[in-house]
Amino acid sequence: MATLDAKIPAGPIKDKWTKHKNDINLVNPANKRLIDIIVVGTGLAGGAAAASLAEMGYSVKAFCFQDSPRRAHSIAAQGGINAAKNYQNDGDSIYRLFYDTVKGGDYRSREANVYRLAEVSGNIIDQCVAQGVPFAREYGGLLDNRSFGGVLVSRTFYAKGQTGQQLLLGAYSAMNRQIGKGKIKMYNRHEMLELVKVDGKARGIIARNLVTGAVESHSAHAVVIASGGYGNVFFLSTNAMGSNTTAAWRVHKKGAYFANPCYTQIHPTCIPRSGDYQSKLTLMSESLRNDGRIWVPKNIDDIEAIRSGKIKPVQIAEENRDYYLERRYPAFGNLVPRDVASRAAKERCDAGYGVNATGEAVYLDFASAIKRYGKEKAIVTGEENPSDSRIIELGEGVIEDKYGNLFQMYEKITDDNPYKTPMQIYPAVHYTMGGIWVDYNLMTSVPGCYAAGEANFSDHGANRLGASALMQGLADGYFVLPYTIGDYLADDIRTGEIPTDSTEFKEAEEAVKARITKFMDNKGTKSVDHFHKLLGKIMWDKVGMARNEKHLKEAIAEIRVVREEFYKNVLIPGGAMELNPELEKALRVEDFLELGELFACDALARTESCGGHFREESVELDGPQKGEAKRDDTNFAYVSAWEWTGDPGQAKLHKEELEFNDIELKQRSYK
Amino acid sequence: MKLTLKVWRQKSANDKGKIETYPIDNISEHMSFLEMMDVLNEQLITEGKIPVSFDHDCREGICGMCSMHINGEPHGPDRGVATCQLHMRKFKDGDTIYIEPFRAKGFPIIKDLVVDRSAFDRIQHAGGFVSVNTSGNTQDANALPIPKADADTAFDSATCIGCGACVAACKNASAMLFVSAKVSQFSLLPQGKVEAKRRVLHMVEQMDKEGFGNCTNTGACEVECPKGISLENIARMNREYLKASVSSSK
Ligand SMILES: Cc1cc2nc3c(=O)[nH]c(=O)nc-3n(C[C@H](O)[C@H](O)[C@H](O)COP(=O)(O)OP(=O)(O)OC[C@H]3O[C@@H](n4cnc5c(N)ncnc54)[C@H](O)[C@@H]3O)c2cc1C
Ligand code: SF4
Ligand code: FES
Repeated sequence: MATLDAKIPAGPIKDKWTKHKNDINLVNPANKRLIDIIVVGTGLAGGAAAASLAEMGYSVKAFCFQDSPRRAHSIAAQGGINAAKNYQNDGDSIYRLFYDTVKGGDYRSREANVYRLAEVSGNIIDQCVAQGVPFAREYGGLLDNRSFGGVLVSRTFYAKGQTGQQLLLGAYSAMNRQIGKGKIKMYNRHEMLELVKVDGKARGIIARNLVTGAVESHSAHAVVIASGGYGNVFFLSTNAMGSNTTAAWRVHKKGAYFANPCYTQIHPTCIPRSGDYQSKLTLMSESLRNDGRIWVPKNIDDIEAIRSGKIKPVQIAEENRDYYLERRYPAFGNLVPRDVASRAAKERCDAGYGVNATGEAVYLDFASAIKRYGKEKAIVTGEENPSDSRIIELGEGVIEDKYGNLFQMYEKITDDNPYKTPMQIYPAVHYTMGGIWVDYNLMTSVPGCYAAGEANFSDHGANRLGASALMQGLADGYFVLPYTIGDYLADDIRTGEIPTDSTEFKEAEEAVKARITKFMDNKGTKSVDHFHKLLGKIMWDKVGMARNEKHLKEAIAEIRVVREEFYKNVLIPGGAMELNPELEKALRVEDFLELGELFACDALARTESCGGHFREESVELDGPQKGEAKRDDTNFAYVSAWEWTGDPGQAKLHKEELEFNDIELKQRSYK
Repeated sequence: MKLTLKVWRQKSANDKGKIETYPIDNISEHMSFLEMMDVLNEQLITEGKIPVSFDHDCREGICGMCSMHINGEPHGPDRGVATCQLHMRKFKDGDTIYIEPFRAKGFPIIKDLVVDRSAFDRIQHAGGFVSVNTSGNTQDANALPIPKADADTAFDSATCIGCGACVAACKNASAMLFVSAKVSQFSLLPQGKVEAKRRVLHMVEQMDKEGFGNCTNTGACEVECPKGISLENIARMNREYLKASVSSSK
């Protein structure tokens, strides 16, 4: 087992980044335009990177599979973005954001990266405001903040429930400026299907033009993968339908290590599934937990009555409700981190207290917030002795201002009015902390290949805090990559354009064409979705919120069977040289079927519980933390980075030992 | 529910295209419209036919990818929603549903229900940005307070998802609502004011080049817009445009 060098700069943590920026090589402006950089992905990470690199003078080629860069999955982020601005003067600081992120990640992230993230967080907000991102403001005209799960300060900036949209449109506008100038060449409706290496370095990609079906070679001096997360390995998740692992997985198969694939975030507040036809799950932003209280009925009789429709939730008296998060975690209450909240919901539902027909739902209730806000509003507006119904009216107005679009989204999907009756929610797969292994410079284990945003593993350890993914994506794209990539490219100023007629490109292109032909010629009988759903069910049932050795071993065997069956029996209608969504899906599901196995192997190897990875064999047996997840720092304080060896079940483990010099390793307690 | 679907099928940009009829059964009222389309496609695949191509991604009304003309209306009969947020409870057992692509000169059809909306991107390239480089030393975000009302109105304009329903709804296939939403967002914020004139002139010029029609104030766009982008944006853009053209002709 080899150890990995993360290339963390020496020196005190607070000086590392500044010193590193001063020490690394730069490329002079005249040379930058001779250098091509491919950026796969136009979400916050890729969009920000493409725009910034082009502004610096590099020639950028950007790729996305949607019809416009503006539609990358980042657009769907709702709640907000963190930054250690301390505008609220509530004791926030770079150190506290750093500390919260490391603790929230259950001490499984790299200190130096997280510190840098906290350090640049403030710049992100400045940058976005300068671009014209319309963040929420207070009456005084200054930026407003809210608080998010797992922390005790208000450091989250937001734009109603559409923060991701506004931030992405900011990055998109910065890209547009460079596209207009010809500094970014944008390839919409293109899907990267392979990484091309020349002399061991990443020198380009093979992409399929999704409209014409043409398989194209694109070369560059460096390749940035910013293709997002792989939550859709579960079939059902809050990710967009097209979100996939292909770019990341193909890079992995070309030598990039895949780190901590089993670290998945199951988000506690999503709309429960309604039937077998379900195609995706919808998130209800975590910000709702600031004002919503989570509960299930205390008495099992009430559960029966609720399910059969005999009583409504609002009829259950206060004393017959179990606000289980407030009960179990008095210090953080409804604002415990996501992994803790999700497991607590599962615990109640497994015990039979789920409030809908499937038994997989709990309540998120805004009634007390509506009353509280209504009273406050009446005071502010000087209404004297408002009636109860007037208070509710005022309170509903306040809630609408804060969460209007989320409430509307909920009502459209469920046909229930969440102002009048509690929402029903249940945990769902949401985010993947695991991803391509990168060093401090965000370079993968393939020279010249970088990974940014959700696609890399870097900053969130075993659990991500709310509002930190947007921060990380923009930090990587605006403030980290543009510096670190220059250090590598400084050696390439005399290389000249990389030709695409080399054997390396030809072979890669042929391999991709062969994969496509194999699918098109397959005489199967089942759709791609059929197999994707089978994989998703195995993952959710056996590699989901709670994992154990027996189930993980079964999952590995079952995934292998599905994979074999997929190759034998998948049916792709239509042709290869046209727009063909079924072919697109097949190429993605092929990679999910391999990733799923590595995912389960990783979960099996990590016999501790940490963050979103909960092993039933590893829980506290007594004391005040009885029943809570038990981490094992003696044996598992490392990053698992897997090397491809030809079969996902035979991947080779490399360990990056995690050192904690600036934060003391402690049990995470939210009690 | 049992339904009859009349779906526009067109093999490629050059194909003439026609409506095909597909009966479909066992549709739950809780399904989303796109989940109903998934069921149809699964059925077509099993029958050895070619499934219907349509654009979609987030399926929660925010990416702007989905784009179906349903029973004569972009995004269908519900208000304030994109196609992906439309639910089958808006239909009745036995209904016949017409499903067609967004139609406009500026949006050529690629296949079936998929259209090419890259004209929208090109309009943005022409001026939909504030010219600020990434740097670690932009002024502090709170250095410049912005009245909440302005920030909120700018936000409302900025929520446009770029779906193109406004164009599809308009008898002139005008893109005024879309363009004015972007122009408004920036014209309401101090950061956007510096380049306001250039922006509006360039974006409007590009819009005309792309073949979108004129605005004759029918208001059809506002009705079909899934994000409630209001006609006030068009009025604001007209004022901006007038100001800009007067001063630039001086
Ligand atoms: C519903 C939801 C709400 C969220 N809310 C929040 C929040 O409030 N705060 C927060 O901090 N985080 C939130 N997150 C998480 C956050 O949105 C994501 O982690 C983040 O946006 C990912 O950004 P990205 O740039 O890494 O990737 P993405 O935005 O996923 O972009 C991926 C890009 O890669 C492209 N791509 C992928 N594969 C290929 C390929 N093979 N070829 C070509 N192009 C490819 C896609 O076209 C796309 O452009 C939320 C996530 C979800 C699902
Ligand atoms: S203005 Fe409305 S209808 Fe037009 S593109 Fe924007 S969101 Fe769609
Ligand atoms: S699929 Fe994203 S808006 Fe409909």
